[in-house]
Amino acid sequence: MNETQLYLNDVHKSFDGFKAIDGLSLAIARGELRAVVGPNGAGKTTMLDIVTGKTRPDSGRVVWGADTDLTRLDEADCARLGIGRKFQKPTVFETLSVEDNVMLALAGDRGIVAGLRHRRTARQSARIGEVLDIVGLGAERGRLAGALSHGQKQWLEIGKLLAQEPQLLLVDEPAAGMTDHETMRTAELLRTVAGAHSVLVIEHDMDFVRALDCKVTVLNRGSVLAEGSLDHVSANPEVIEVYLGR
Amino acid sequence: MVRKGLIDRRTGLFLVVLFAVIVLIPLGNLLLAPGTAGHVPGYLLPLLGKYLCFALLAVSLDLVWGYAGILSLGHGAFFALGGYAMGMHLMREIGDRGVYANPVLPDFMVFLSYEKLPWYWHGFDMFWFACLMVLFVPGLLAFVFGWFAFRSRVTGVYLSIITQALTYALMLAFYRNEMGLGGNNGLTDFRDVLGFSLSADSTRIALFVLSGLALAFGIILGRFITGSKFGMVLVGVRDAESRTRFLGYRVEHYKLFVFTVSAMLAGLAGALYVPQVGIINPGEFSPANSIEIVIWVALGGRGTLVGAALGALIVAAAKSWLTANFPEAWLFVLGAAFVLVTIFLPRGVIGLLDGLKPGGRHRHALPQAAPEPAE
Repeated sequence: MNETQLYLNDVHKSFDGFKAIDGLSLAIARGELRAVVGPNGAGKTTMLDIVTGKTRPDSGRVVWGADTDLTRLDEADCARLGIGRKFQKPTVFETLSVEDNVMLALAGDRGIVAGLRHRRTARQSARIGEVLDIVGLGAERGRLAGALSHGQKQWLEIGKLLAQEPQLLLVDEPAAGMTDHETMRTAELLRTVAGAHSVLVIEHDMDFVRALDCKVTVLNRGSVLAEGSLDHVSANPEVIEVYLGR
Repeated sequence: MVRKGLIDRRTGLFLVVLFAVIVLIPLGNLLLAPGTAGHVPGYLLPLLGKYLCFALLAVSLDLVWGYAGILSLGHGAFFALGGYAMGMHLMREIGDRGVYANPVLPDFMVFLSYEKLPWYWHGFDMFWFACLMVLFVPGLLAFVFGWFAFRSRVTGVYLSIITQALTYALMLAFYRNEMGLGGNNGLTDFRDVLGFSLSADSTRIALFVLSGLALAFGIILGRFITGSKFGMVLVGVRDAESRTRFLGYRVEHYKLFVFTVSAMLAGLAGALYVPQVGIINPGEFSPANSIEIVIWVALGGRGTLVGAALGALIVAAAKSWLTANFPEAWLFVLGAAFVLVTIFLPRGVIGLLDGLKPGGRHRHALPQAAPEPAE
């Protein structure tokens, strides 16, 4: 079970001459949990934009599974393939209830006709309840998402990601704005999810990365600087230079 | 297949009052003798019917602006196109009773020395064909326009500006005599529809009732769309468009669908408006008209459908009264109302009514926060 889920090969992308991604190559195995770290401007978010179809790379290959070319697809296509993304800043649908937020994320037909005919089934309701229990929002089910606290919105985002049942979860700074306790819970949750799904986490918080206990990729200036266990990469002099030299 | 929650309390209340009005007003005209209290004079019927058409137009705009966040500043164009389609039929109905007594060509064509009917006038002698065009022409324009705009991800003020340009361009085009649609004067001098005289009270009553039913239909259709999962996706698009894409929804398809439906509703409103006011001319395409629709919706309460209808009725009634009594004051009142409502009643008149009873807040109501800055 060590097939590649996502494969980036020599990807380049520049914005007005600024090389955001510069020869990036990366492979995520099916079921793998991977942390990506790097200083500001290392290209972490641009990498996610490329993988989710938001940004088209200038050159290079981005391959999903065996042979699906992601560079030709847009956001909705990528999401339908099974790529879920959680943003750094939680963007929940503020005027919908917590429950409806999860409902919109549930795997299923995304078409217009299906949307007009949709009735909530008991199974869906149960699934929504399940997801909300996992992220600890069971009691907030009927509240407006806009009324949640920042940390709760982060959890709701994670819940939506789970409800989507993606094969690959891209998680951008999940621990931002969370308490230490919540941070550890998030790490634990992501470890549980990995295995059945591939998970790629972008994070600044080193305690969090340590708690993930997985392979770490260090990005710098749009390409991979080092890769390996956290201890391995933090012993790398180049990594120390990048992180401390600034 | 009536879905639970299709008609909420507020919508139900509005519909009950609406049905009462479309029953009582005609009765007030038919049963009560002129001069007695409660008598509705015949001339008032088309005026009230016109208000109902405006209310339907406001509902159509609210469907796209209130729920999907598409601020169209050109919805008057769809209204006018529906109106022209109906006007073309009414022109053909005149037949040889025109000033020039030409059985085929409308008067303005005889005056401009047309030899034969332009190709796009064919078919409009048939009522059913005109009715089809009332929906088809605005729908097609909205579909083509929306297909390009939404696919290119034009949003926010940019979209508003190009919708404004669209209606302005159409206005200039329709002013030209070469369009073959009456130029400056538009289409007028209508006699009857389906053989019923437009100046007869019975026809006026029928048109008034039809306008009321069309408004009810528009509101119920709107509730059906916005109350579904589809409607929730629209709200998602309004509040966080890109997030909706990352959930796998084709945002452009959703927008295109609701924009086209909305344009067809606006066309229907225009088609009912024309026989009641007796004229349709390029002035209906003027950008100011489209902006006024936005004011109706904002004043009544955006994102509630019923609020939009209420806003249109209030403003239209106030306009009739003020322009008759204090003609200079009207634009100042309208401007002041818009500013005051925006500042003090961000959720419109409906928000004020809701505020009177606790817990009456609408589920998909807009956030209280200040409007997003333009992109």
